Amino acid sequence: MTAPGTPRLRTLVATVEDVPGVLNRVASLFRRRNYNIASLTVGASEVPGLSRLTVVVSCDDATAARLEANLWKLVDVVAVDELAAADVVERDLALIKVRADRASRAAVVQAAELFAARVVDVAPDELIIELAAPRQRIDDLRAVLEPFGVVAMVRTGAVAMARVGVGADLQPPRAAHGA
Amino acid sequence: MTAATAAAATPAPAPATRTGAEMIWEVLVQEGVDVVFGYPGGAIMPAYDALPRYPVRHVLVRHEQGAAHMADGYARASGRVGVAVATSGPGATNLVTGIATAMLDSVPVVFITGQVSSALLGTDAFQETDVTGVTLPITKHNWLVTRAEDIGPVLREAFAVARSGRPGPVLVDITKDAQQASCAFDPSDRALARPARVRPARGTTADALARAVALIDRAERPLILAGHGVVAAGAAAELAAFVARTGVPVASTLLGLGGFPATDPRALGMMGMHGEAWVNRAVQDADLLIALGMRFDDRVTGNLATFAPRARKIHVDLDPSEIGKNVAVDVAIVDDVRAVLAALTPRCRAADRAAWMAAIEASKGDSAVRDIQQLPDTGKLHAAHVLHDLWRLTAGRAVVVTDVGQHQMWEAQYYKHDHPRGLVTSGGLGTMGFALPAAIGARFARPDAEVWVVAGDGGFQMTAAELSTCAQEDLKVNIAIINNGYLGMVRQWQELFYGGRYVATPMRSPDFVKLAEAHGLTGLRVTRRAEVADAVAAARAAAGTVVIDFRVEAEDSVYPMVPSGADLGDMIRRPLRSRLIETGADDELTEEPPR
Repeated sequence: MTAPGTPRLRTLVATVEDVPGVLNRVASLFRRRNYNIASLTVGASEVPGLSRLTVVVSCDDATAARLEANLWKLVDVVAVDELAAADVVERDLALIKVRADRASRAAVVQAAELFAARVVDVAPDELIIELAAPRQRIDDLRAVLEPFGVVAMVRTGAVAMARVGVGADLQPPRAAHGA
Repeated sequence: MTAATAAAATPAPAPATRTGAEMIWEVLVQEGVDVVFGYPGGAIMPAYDALPRYPVRHVLVRHEQGAAHMADGYARASGRVGVAVATSGPGATNLVTGIATAMLDSVPVVFITGQVSSALLGTDAFQETDVTGVTLPITKHNWLVTRAEDIGPVLREAFAVARSGRPGPVLVDITKDAQQASCAFDPSDRALARPARVRPARGTTADALARAVALIDRAERPLILAGHGVVAAGAAAELAAFVARTGVPVASTLLGLGGFPATDPRALGMMGMHGEAWVNRAVQDADLLIALGMRFDDRVTGNLATFAPRARKIHVDLDPSEIGKNVAVDVAIVDDVRAVLAALTPRCRAADRAAWMAAIEASKGDSAVRDIQQLPDTGKLHAAHVLHDLWRLTAGRAVVVTDVGQHQMWEAQYYKHDHPRGLVTSGGLGTMGFALPAAIGARFARPDAEVWVVAGDGGFQMTAAELSTCAQEDLKVNIAIINNGYLGMVRQWQELFYGGRYVATPMRSPDFVKLAEAHGLTGLRVTRRAEVADAVAAARAAAGTVVIDFRVEAEDSVYPMVPSGADLGDMIRRPLRSRLIETGADDELTEEPPR
């Protein structure tokens, strides 16, 4: 159990109106209030006209509460949920380009298989490995591949949702009413 | 036949066709707007062309910053939503300081700007600026409208957002082609651009209320910190009732002044950087702080690490993001201050807190003899005397609009506001140049009130061109310029904290009497205290705007003072003996040095 004042990574999911500038507004809030973002992703939700935004941020409990309150102040924000670490299904997608010549290729592929990662592109000297997994597993894969020579890496940043039947699910975005 | 049956008997009229420009004014009229402050230009010309067909008075300003402050002053003085209009590009960017001023003090203003035609957006067209981008962090929300049919719903939503919850400024940027296009318009339609969404449950839980009552009932040295939220929520009567029952004394933030009558024995006055020593001592000695609609700003708390170390804290604020932002609290209630006070009063035990009030009274010590207001008239003119006399001569009933600096603090100390919205001032942003245009706005908001500008010679010159607006609109505003020939507050800091090096603070001003006369207005000059009453009386009696140039002592300072970031208990006291006050004396100032 970490103390309430200790910064830790936490995952917030915001449901937002799919309107121009919404990502800008959220990013501006984080910049202006000096929050330390680990990742920020946005994409479609199950409801037309609404998007879901996943933010991973490092802060203590009090800061997280204010961040949630500040997100609620954005007119385009429809719902905000902080997902407890134990109750979350979280995925980050990484593409890692790694050196793999004739001598090392078998070892690189074996490492990828240990992580259930897929080789999605092959050239004589390099491979591209794809892994969709929680953040930490991608960090671990990267560490394992590092000795072979990581040429480039891209990551989407985390997307997250609450586990089925565990805790509160994302607030239904249809919890809206007329003015 | 009643109106209802008439409506039922008449078939619904087919929706009329309107241009976007017409819809702007039609929605404004529906929202209760009867005056707007603005400046025309290319991208907003269609809207201006339609204006004469609507019962809306337009006040032509001399700079768009003036329009923003006027709309802001209108909103602060009335509690209604102010409206300012400007064109694209430089017109819109000139609003920026005024928008930020309204944002920092949570003032409801709708800004309407013209924008280049939608086909030109993003091409760096003439007078194109990304105004929704520029104003994103200084508005509650903003919109770019490119289609005529969106104008009505978006403007209605803009008013709803500006005045709801914690109020604030919003901006609607409307392209020129959207103003020119026509579409069907149903005048009875009240739909917003999108449905209002459910916000997290707010309100006062029984548990929070019970814990607050327990803290209040048990406290021996409780103190209310009344902020702008008391005024904004219209909670003055509820606060008075709460104090009458519980006997808890009230300290105010700058923007909270007037939320509780200053002449009430339980009103301690302003706390913080320029609060009286006994007020800040009461904060530091209190065992319970009841913070109402205030945000523990650094000008109020001083050093947070040593702020009110003995006090439990109850924080009532409508904005959940303010809870715990600067100060950790024991009980937080996210709700309207008025509703919370109405719920608290009958639940708290009746008390008179006589011992606590006596202790505060005793702690005033020698403050009275240090008070410049008590010093004999030496023939010299002190700003504190001017403000004290102005309060007395106007019976405390004027709407006083101040600029930013020393005079603002003297006003807060010596003009005793007994009513909400009697003081209009830029607190959070501290915007010099605010006073004159904001007073013009207040003039329209409160046509029956006596409106006084109190400004320094520096700030007044930032927006002095609005004197022309007073003349053209035939407005009656009384203007007191506290003229000391310096940017006085900066000079004071240079005196106290920068070794007396007066860098870039001596300021030469025009002859303000002649300046007034050049605008066709009346100008008066006062150099001795004995002349104050006559000049104020002359200004009050005059039909038009009067400018009084009060030539006050050049190197007077605002006391007491908590240096920036210091402990609230560490005050620089007003000097007991000062060469400024004692005629002929030439010895050193005797204030205690800052620790």
